[in-house]
Amino acid sequence: MAQLSWDLQLLNVCAALLLLLAFAMLSQRRIVTLVNLLALQGAVLCVATLLLAWRTGEPHLYFSALLTLGLKVIFLPWLLRRLIRQLEVYWDTEPMMNIAGTMLIGLMIVIFAFGLAQPISALASTATRSSIGVAVAVILLAFLTMITRRKAMSQIVGFLSMENGLFFAAMSATYGMPMVVELGVALDVLVAMLVLGVFFFQIRERFESLDLHHLESLKEEK
Amino acid sequence: MTLMELLTQSLEIIVAVAAAPLFLGWINQCRAWLQNRRAPSVLQPYRTIRKLFHKDAVIANTASPLFRITPYIVFGAMTLAAAIIPSMGTRLPFTAAADAIALVGLLATARVFMALAAMDIGTAFGSFGARREMMVGFLAEPALLMVIFVASLISATTSLPAISEHLATAALGLYPSLAFTAVAFTMVLLAENARIPIDNPATHLELTMIHEAMLLEYSARHLALMEWAAALKLFNYACIGFALFVPWGLAAGAVAPTALLVAIPLLALKLALAGSALALVESVSAKLRVFRAPEFLATAFMFAVLGLLVHLLLGA
Repeated sequence: MAQLSWDLQLLNVCAALLLLLAFAMLSQRRIVTLVNLLALQGAVLCVATLLLAWRTGEPHLYFSALLTLGLKVIFLPWLLRRLIRQLEVYWDTEPMMNIAGTMLIGLMIVIFAFGLAQPISALASTATRSSIGVAVAVILLAFLTMITRRKAMSQIVGFLSMENGLFFAAMSATYGMPMVVELGVALDVLVAMLVLGVFFFQIRERFESLDLHHLESLKEEK
Repeated sequence: MTLMELLTQSLEIIVAVAAAPLFLGWINQCRAWLQNRRAPSVLQPYRTIRKLFHKDAVIANTASPLFRITPYIVFGAMTLAAAIIPSMGTRLPFTAAADAIALVGLLATARVFMALAAMDIGTAFGSFGARREMMVGFLAEPALLMVIFVASLISATTSLPAISEHLATAALGLYPSLAFTAVAFTMVLLAENARIPIDNPATHLELTMIHEAMLLEYSARHLALMEWAAALKLFNYACIGFALFVPWGLAAGAVAPTALLVAIPLLALKLALAGSALALVESVSAKLRVFRAPEFLATAFMFAVLGLLVHLLLGA
């Protein structure tokens, strides 16, 4: 086994942790824990970005690490927790399909994602190209998290986790997006969160629940 | 096969059989400390076994010969397993005959016989214990195999001594795949040895029992052998864990007597640490409902498969 340099090894550990956290979110029933896991995922992403910035010496990666820390580790989880407090959905648990089954589907998805990323990694020239597969897997797992949930809160968390995966994919394929794009995405996410926060209150006023299947029927009466 | 190899082999078996109840006693001691109560002596398992050997065996009149021979088969399987696992040295004459997959099969044989014997009498508790044991077993086995496959992939062999020799001599590095599989292995160890999240070894409530329910009909020397075999199984699992995840200190390669002298205290140290860690895990977790056991073991399986995938993709 060829020995990698220690920073690449640490990056691999970060990639593995991101994947693990995606699975933890997939199997989590409690909403408060889900938000904590999201914050943890952001923190791991921040560490990975810092490591990559240190390795490549690219100054814009330091900025994006800072952005990740501010937005994904501190601000968004704080916003979500405040929302949980205001909506009083602390102990909201999600009735989910069988956890063991979900996790097996998740494993299939990871295998699929690794296969999908193989040609992309072959084309990429970065040192972190092997983590592209992990990033694609995180995106798809977050997608699965959104599919298997019905409550609006957990779908938002899945959405944000997907954004984390996309960020990691960009990082491992091309050492991050240009600064302008990153700022734009950050702003988009922020605005989406604020708008959705307002939207949640409206949903709950209308249906007295955050369960999204109420939104599926298009007509008032049946 | 040199004399030294033969000596290592027999020493390993003797130490495993002799020290297994002590390991169990040590775990009980640690648990008692964590629960703030006075523990029975660490030698208590030996006393229990001795007491049981002096009693007269009572056997149900519906019992078939299978019921009588099962304790010997189970104990024999566990002793044989102890011979295959490299706990002190890696040059063991026996291991040429069986690799890690055969070891899993050996453990499964013991389980099948235990379940059959439990159903043999025809009591309700015996058969539900057997059914639950088989449920836990069929979920834990793939996870254990996956754990072994990851280590085999890294070292390109399925022979346990070769795996630990390879891992002990590999350059020191961070292996997320091994970390994941270590977590999976710990979960499998807890489930397979009837420890707390799945089964409570100290329970007196028949309805929650798994392992104990299968032994309800046994008495005297049969019970002693079964309990001894259970202690030996735990010891074996701990040694498999050491061989895969902390292989340093094994007398690798051609053995010199001095290497064995280092390996024995190191094994004792590892066992002491593992025993207290196990007691800690057991004290901080609550017993799961039986219906939650598949979830627990699916998580273990997922950890093991993730380790495999991470190894394949990241090469670490």
